[in-house]
Amino acid sequence: MADQFDLECRNVVKTFDDFTAVNDISLAIPKGSFFSILGPSGCGKTTLLRMLAGFQAPTSGDILIKGASVLGVPPNRRPVNMVFQHLALFPMMNVAENVAYGLKRRGVDKATITQKVNETLARVGLPDAGPKQISQLSGGQKQRIAIARCLVLDPAVLLLDEPLGALDLKLREHMKVELKQLQHEIGTTFVYITHDQSEALVMSDQVAVMNAGRFEQVGAPQDLYYNPKTAFVAGFVGESNRWHGTVEGGDDHKIEINLASGGKVIAKRDGQTNLVTGQGVDVFVRPEAIAIDGTEGADNSLSAKVDNVLFNGAASSLQVRELVTGHEMTVALPQTGAFASVKAGDEIRLSWSVEQTRCFASTEGGAGA
Amino acid sequence: MSKTASITGGSAFRFGLLLLAMPLLLWLFLLVILPHMDLFLVSMRERISYGKYEFSLINYIEFFAEPLYWNTYVRTAVMSIFATILTLVIGFPVSYYIAKVMRGKGKNALFLMCLIPFWVSELVRTFGWMILLRESGVISNFLQWAGIADGPVEMLYNDAAIMVGLVYTSMLFMVVPLVSVLDSLDDSLIEAGYDLGGNAFTVTRDIVIPHAMPGIASGCIVVFMLTLGNYLTPNLLGGKDSLWFTEQIYTQFITRFNWESGSAFGFLLLILSSAIVWIGLKLSKQTLSETVG
Ligand SMILES: Nc1ncnc2c1ncn2[C@@H]1O[C@H](COP(=O)(O)OP(=O)(O)OP(=O)(O)O)[C@@H](O)[C@H]1O
Ligand SMILES: [Mg+2]
Repeated sequence: MADQFDLECRNVVKTFDDFTAVNDISLAIPKGSFFSILGPSGCGKTTLLRMLAGFQAPTSGDILIKGASVLGVPPNRRPVNMVFQHLALFPMMNVAENVAYGLKRRGVDKATITQKVNETLARVGLPDAGPKQISQLSGGQKQRIAIARCLVLDPAVLLLDEPLGALDLKLREHMKVELKQLQHEIGTTFVYITHDQSEALVMSDQVAVMNAGRFEQVGAPQDLYYNPKTAFVAGFVGESNRWHGTVEGGDDHKIEINLASGGKVIAKRDGQTNLVTGQGVDVFVRPEAIAIDGTEGADNSLSAKVDNVLFNGAASSLQVRELVTGHEMTVALPQTGAFASVKAGDEIRLSWSVEQTRCFASTEGGAGA
Repeated sequence: MSKTASITGGSAFRFGLLLLAMPLLLWLFLLVILPHMDLFLVSMRERISYGKYEFSLINYIEFFAEPLYWNTYVRTAVMSIFATILTLVIGFPVSYYIAKVMRGKGKNALFLMCLIPFWVSELVRTFGWMILLRESGVISNFLQWAGIADGPVEMLYNDAAIMVGLVYTSMLFMVVPLVSVLDSLDDSLIEAGYDLGGNAFTVTRDIVIPHAMPGIASGCIVVFMLTLGNYLTPNLLGGKDSLWFTEQIYTQFITRFNWESGSAFGFLLLILSSAIVWIGLKLSKQTLSETVG
C-alpha cells in the first residue's frame, strides 16, 4: 500500500537548539499530485523542504520516498530534486550545461545527454535557449530552466521552494498557469512551497496550511476555502471579515455570539461541541458572502456607512464601517454591476446567513479588540 | 559616468575628476614611472671612466653570459611559482572553511587568527621561524628529547626552510581574496550541485573553483609578486645558498656599487614578474581588470 505514495512524512520534528521549526508533521502525497504547503514567512516551510531534499536531518520522525525510508541518504542520492528559492542556476555554465549537469553526474553518455537536454528544453518552451548564458535569460525563462534542470533527471518528486517569489505580479500569474499545466503533462509529483495563497489555491490538488511548524489543515483548495477547520486557516486563506466575541448561547446547529465591539451574530456550529457559553471566539465572514441591501429576514444583518469604494474590475469591494460600533468590514461588490453607483458616505444595509458565518475558539483566550 | 552628466557637467566635471585623481596620478608618476624610467636609463649605459658614461647593452649581455645570474633568475622564478601554488593549495581549504563552513563568532575568530601573525614585522616573524628550525632550536631539541634524533638537527638554510617561510609570509594575501570571493558564493549553488547528483569533488571542480577564479587569480598574483621580490625571508632562512635574485640585485647595488648592472637586474625582474603574471592570466582565462575589480 505504502508505495502508492511518492512521499511520506511520519511525525517529523526539527529543532534548532530549543526552537522547534517543524513540529510533528505527518503527510502522505499520492503519485502524480500537486501538493502545496502554504504558510506565513518563518513558519518552517523551507526547513521541511530541506529535510525532504536531504540537506537537513529531522530531529525525529521518518521520511519515506516511494515507500523506502531515506533517513541517512545524502541529497545527491535521493530521487528528489529541488528548485531553489532563488533558483541557483550555475552562472559559470550556459543553459544547456546547466540542464545537462545532473545527467553528466550520472555518467550518461554524450549523445543521450544532448538528446535529453533538447527534449527537456523543448518541453519547457525554450528549445533554442541552450547556448545562452544564464545572465541573458529573463526572470520567467530562468524559472523554466531551473525546472528543466530538475525534470531532465526524472525525479520521483520535484520540490519547489517559492520559485515564483522573485517574479513580478504579471509574470507570476502567467507562470502559475504554466506550472500547473506542465505538472499535468509530465505527471511528476510536485511539492510546492509558497506563502501566496492564490498560488496554492490555483495550482494544487492538495494544500497543507502550515503555521508555527505545524500543519493546521490539509485538504483540497475548495475545502480550505469553504470549510476551514481552524481560526488560522479561516484568516489566512482568502479574505475574511473578523470579529472577536464571546459565546452567548445557541443549539446544535447555531451559536449566538456577543461581539466585543457590540452587536450580536449567529454562526454555524459545524460540530464544534467544545464551544460553550462564555468562551472567547473569533468570527469570520467572507466579503463575498455578504449581501448588500439584502432581504429582511436574514440571519445576520447590520447597517453600515461606506468609507471607500475600491474599484478593481471584477474584484471590486467596499470598505464600510458599521454604524453603531464603528467596526471596519470589507464587502465584495457583486460582479453583475448592481450597486455600481454606491459611493463613499452612502448608508447601506448588509446581511448574511448563518451558513456563511464561521467561528472558532479564540487563540488569544478572551475577546480582544 | 552617464552621458548626460558629461554633457551638462562639461569641462568643470572633468576638471573635478582630474583634481580628485591628482594624488593617485602624482603617486604613480613620482614613485612608479619616474624611478623605473631612471632605472631603465641607468641600465642602458656603461661607465667608461669616472663620471663618464656611454650607451651600451653590456649590463644585459653580462647577465646572460654569467650562468650564476640567470640560474638564480630561473631558480627564483620556479621557487616563487611553487611557493604560490603551495600557498594556494593550503589557503584554499582554509578559506573555504572560514567562508562556508564556519558561522558567526567562530568565523571571525578564525579569520583573525590568520591576521594576527601580520601584526608583527616580517623580520620578527622570520626570526620566529629561525628559533624553531635552527640547530639549537625548539624542534631540534624536541627531536633529541623524544629520542628520534641522536644529535642536533639543522633545518635552516635549505630550500624547504625558504619555502616554509615564504608560504607562511604570503598566506594572508591568499586567504583574504579567497574568503571574500567564497563569501560571495551563494550556498544554494553548492546545494544545487549536490542535489543534482554532484559529490564533494565535482561540486568543488564545477562550481566552487570557477566562481572563485577571480579571487584565486588575484591572490596568486599578489603572492607571486611578493615572493619574487622578497629579500628578507629567503636570505635569513636560506642563508648564503639561498640564491634569490633580489640578493643579486642587492649585491650589485650595495656590495659592488655597480648601479648599472643592478638596474639591469631590477628591470629583468620586472619583466619576469610581468611575463609570468601575463601567462598565468592567459592560462586561467582571467583578465586583469576582472581580477582587480
Ligand atoms: N539553521 C538554522 N538555525 C536556527 N534556526 C533556523 C535555522 N534555519 C531556520 N531556522 C528558523 O526556523 C524557522 C523557520 O525557517 P524557514 O526557513 O523554514 O521559514 P520559511 O517558512 O521557509 O519562511 P520564508 O517564507 O520566509 O522562507 C525560522 O524562525 C528560522 O529562524
Ligand atoms: Mg523559505
